[in-house]
Amino acid sequence: MSRLLVVTSDGTERVFEAGPGNSVMEVIRDNGLEELLAICGGCCSCATCHVYVDPSFADRLPPMSDDEDGLLDGSDYRRPESRLSCQIPFDEGLDGLRVTVAPAG
Amino acid sequence: MALIYDVLIVGAGHAGAQTAIALRQQKFAGSVAIIGDEPDIPYERPQLSKEYLSGEKAFDRIRIRPLLFWQEQGIDLLLGRKVEAVDAVGHQVRCDDGAVFGYRSLVWATGGQPRRLACPGGGLAGVHSIRTRADADRLMSALLPARRVVIVGGGYIGLEAAAVLRKLGKDVVVLEAAERVLARVAGEVLSRFYEEEHRRHGVAMRLNARIDGLEGKEGRVTGVRLSSGEVLAADLVIVGIGISPAVEPLLAAGAEGGNGVLVDRWCRTNLSDIYAIGDCAAHPNRFADGTIIRLESVQNASDQATLVARNLTGGDEQYAAIPWFWSNQYDLRLQTVGLSSGYDQAIVRGDVADRSFSVIYLKAGVVVALDCVNAVRDYIQGKLLVVSRAKVPLKMLADTRLPLKSLAGERAL
Repeated sequence: MSRLLVVTSDGTERVFEAGPGNSVMEVIRDNGLEELLAICGGCCSCATCHVYVDPSFADRLPPMSDDEDGLLDGSDYRRPESRLSCQIPFDEGLDGLRVTVAPAG
Repeated sequence: MALIYDVLIVGAGHAGAQTAIALRQQKFAGSVAIIGDEPDIPYERPQLSKEYLSGEKAFDRIRIRPLLFWQEQGIDLLLGRKVEAVDAVGHQVRCDDGAVFGYRSLVWATGGQPRRLACPGGGLAGVHSIRTRADADRLMSALLPARRVVIVGGGYIGLEAAAVLRKLGKDVVVLEAAERVLARVAGEVLSRFYEEEHRRHGVAMRLNARIDGLEGKEGRVTGVRLSSGEVLAADLVIVGIGISPAVEPLLAAGAEGGNGVLVDRWCRTNLSDIYAIGDCAAHPNRFADGTIIRLESVQNASDQATLVARNLTGGDEQYAAIPWFWSNQYDLRLQTVGLSSGYDQAIVRGDVADRSFSVIYLKAGVVVALDCVNAVRDYIQGKLLVVSRAKVPLKMLADTRLPLKSLAGERAL
C-alpha cells in the first residue's frame, strides 16, 4: 500500500492508502472526497479532476499528453504544477505523493 | 408513519447522485435519500457502452462513489425499488414494494427507459439495449458465443457499441433509419466521417434502413428482416434508438409535461417543492435560445443537480450551464460544446483526412456549437466562442493558424 496526501479547498490534508492499479483520481474518489467531480469518469474528456501536484514529484509523473495539456488550458486556475489526476496511475513509485484539489472552472 | 426526508431524490443516476453529493458539499445537514430502481449504487452510465462493455474497467471502477461514501455522508440509498405514485399534496411517494416515503423537497431524476423496437419480434430473446449495468452484463455474457451482431440505431450508443464489438472481433452491422448516422445531433460532415471510420474498421453501415421485423427461432432472435425482404443474420441485436423519459408517476400527480417533465430555469416543476433534473427534465435552455429541450448528457445531469442543491441551500441560481458532451470510438475522441440544432452554416476547421478537425456551427453568423474530433484545443477554446456568442468571419474560423481563443473578442452586437 502506498500513501496519497490530498489537500482540499479548505486547506485540510487527508491521507489515503491505496494499492496499485488505479489512477490518482480514482484513489481520491474512492476515498469519498466529495469535492473532486471527475465527471467523465477518467477518460480525459473534461477537466473536473484537476489537481496541483507537489513539484518535488514532478520527475516521477508520466509525461502530459497533448489532450491533457489542452484540457488544462481551459482552466482559469492552471499552474505549472497542474495535472488531471485521472492521467496519473498511482503506484509505489508515488508513495507519499501530495496533491491539492484545484478550484473548479 | 412514513419516514420523511428533507430531500428525497428519485433516481440513482448521475443527476440523483450529484444532487446528494452537492448538498453535502454545500454543508446541507438535513436528511437525504436516493431511491433507485436498480440494485446497484450510483455508477457512471457512459462507460457501459465503452470501457465496461469492452471489459477494460470492472464495476468497481465505474462507481460514482464507493458505498462507504454514501454511508459516511448519511445519504440513504433506497435501492431496488421504483416510485409508482407521487402524492404532491401530501408530500409522499409510494414505491412498487409498498414502501411510502415523505419529503420536504423532492428531486425527480429518473432519466429514461430505452425505446424498444415496435416491430414484430422486438421482444425476442437476444435483443438488447444498453442503459443499465444489468443490460450491459446481459449483453456481455450473450456476446461470448455470438459472432454476428446487428446494431439498430446509428446514434452515439450504437456507434460506441460498434467500435467496442469490432475490437472484440464480432461481425457488426449498423442499421440507421435516416440517410446518415448521428443525424439528430450533428452535421453531415461529422456523420460522413464517422460512417467512413466505422467502415474502415469493418462495420457494415446500412443507411436508410427500414426494418420489417425480427426473425427468431424458439423465442431467440436469428435475424433482422428489412423492408426489401433481405434478412440479415444475427446472433444478437442491440437496439440504440433513444430513451423515453421516465416521468409517468409525476405527470399523473399533476406535473406539466409530456416528453419529460416541464421545469423552469430553477428546475422547478409546477408542483410545489418538486424539482426535475437530468435526462427527464424539459427545461428552457439558454444555448437553445431559451426554447424548451431535454438534454441527455452527463453534463446536464450534473449541472442541474448542482444547481438544485445550491438552490435548496439558500441559493437563487438559474440554469445557464453550457452543454458539452463526449464520445470515444476507436482512437477518436469527439468532444462537443454548445448545441448545434437549428444551425444554418457549418464549416470545417482542419483536415478531415488528418482525423483531427472541428466542425463549427453557426446560426445567423453566431457560433453556436463545435464538434471537435481529436482536437481538444478547439474544444476548450471554442467554448469561449459559444459562451460569448462570437460573430466570426468563416474564413477566420477555418484558419488553423489562428487559435480559436484569439477570435473570442469578435462579438455579436
